[in-house]
Amino acid sequence: MHGGIVSVRLGLLALLADQSMHGYQLRQEFEARTGGTWPLNIGQVYTTLARLGRDGLVEAVGDGPAAQGVAGHDAGAAQGLGAEAATERYALTEAGRAEVARWWTTPVARSAPARDELAIKLALAVTVPGVDVVDVVQRQRTESMRALRDFTRLRRAADARDEPKDLAWTLVLDNLVFTTEAEMRWLDHVEARLARVARVARLAGVAQPDASRTGTTPSTGAGARATASAPERGKRR
Amino acid sequence: MTAPEEVVLRMDRVCRTHGQGQFRVDALRFVNLTVRAGELVAVMGPSGSGKSTLLNLAGGLDTPDSGTVQVMGQQISTLDQTARAGLRRRAVGYVFQDFNLIPALTAAENVSLPRELDGVGLRAARNEALAALDDVGIGDLADRFPDDMSGGQRQRVAIARALVGPRRLVLADEPTGALDSTTGEEVMAALRGRIDAGAAGLLVTHEPRFAAWADRTIFLRDGRVVDSTGTDLTLASLLVGGHAEGGHPDFPIPGADR
Repeated sequence: MHGGIVSVRLGLLALLADQSMHGYQLRQEFEARTGGTWPLNIGQVYTTLARLGRDGLVEAVGDGPAAQGVAGHDAGAAQGLGAEAATERYALTEAGRAEVARWWTTPVARSAPARDELAIKLALAVTVPGVDVVDVVQRQRTESMRALRDFTRLRRAADARDEPKDLAWTLVLDNLVFTTEAEMRWLDHVEARLARVARVARLAGVAQPDASRTGTTPSTGAGARATASAPERGKRR
Repeated sequence: MTAPEEVVLRMDRVCRTHGQGQFRVDALRFVNLTVRAGELVAVMGPSGSGKSTLLNLAGGLDTPDSGTVQVMGQQISTLDQTARAGLRRRAVGYVFQDFNLIPALTAAENVSLPRELDGVGLRAARNEALAALDDVGIGDLADRFPDDMSGGQRQRVAIARALVGPRRLVLADEPTGALDSTTGEEVMAALRGRIDAGAAGLLVTHEPRFAAWADRTIFLRDGRVVDSTGTDLTLASLLVGGHAEGGHPDFPIPGADR
């Protein structure tokens, strides 16, 4: 899934709709408006600009020493960061303008979910034998809580500053807060489902291996105990 | 004023059992917890995990079967009933989900009441109450009655009351439970403000969004601290392997709580 690449590409186009800019300015603006949440490296900016130029969406303009078409810069040249690439300003073409307009009016596609490591990890944890799923859930909960606390701290600091320029960045922070909250709700749900499955299995008198995996393990930070096998745990009991 | 870093609440290997025989429930098992001045600690866990027992022990409403609870340097279990009630009254304040204000008293009177009970003169008590209400941003509502205030305002009165005078430990049990999320944030901001000014707090909540205002969160399950975003679980206590039934006193054996 190329969500990241797509949003950099469209993000740069959207910034150029405002005014023509140098590559380094684009990077600065992108990071400033998203609070540095998704840092860009300058090579990535020039590579993207080169592609946009090739697709006829941007063009080099004005004050660079060699104000030639960007189309000439392939990815290799851009990575080399020739002095000319760095000093050129870029502007949207008509096609570029149309592309940005289309972005604003088209919702971000959600039907093909982005790969989510946590969802994949838990889906596998409940199916691969010998994994203490409750422990996996708790470790994640702690990590997510820590992240949520840090996002909240940043949010509070921004609130205390109360500066209009923080609007974009605080909205990004809110997005992170909401997403993390949703993740924690889902973790609670996973745990509740596991407990219910285990209870049903117990009532049915079925010695289901999955049902025995509802114990809790303390965090060691080392991760070694997470994989403690069922017999081992049985012995300790 | 309490010095920063000063330990306000310390719980050491605290155990508490309710009931007997087959109805015996280990409400808390070997819980260690330290809360310093300027620190807010959130407590999360499913119902029945021991959150209420923890708050009751921290506030001296209950005593542990084993282990120790110290509030502002005084060990609660060694005090007699009267002394314990005194410490509870002078050192600890509570904030509940349903506000628990006295409806016949104004905001300022609600806040000054504990100080009057402390033996402070009426005028001084009122002045302290006004200052405390200012601290939570509702100094202008001092003469309102609770019924004429919003839920968020009432909860801020409760926070002011909890920490009026020498009180340094606030125990908040789902303080945002009856509030919408915007109002909940305002209440958390008020609570956080008082903590930053030198109080210590224990916050029971099931909302991650509010727990995120705390400096750290501990997770309880079946009476044990199973994880923490901070440092109460020392590496040393984690590395000690399980032995004997119930495990090492500092930490549960993996899987032993089933």
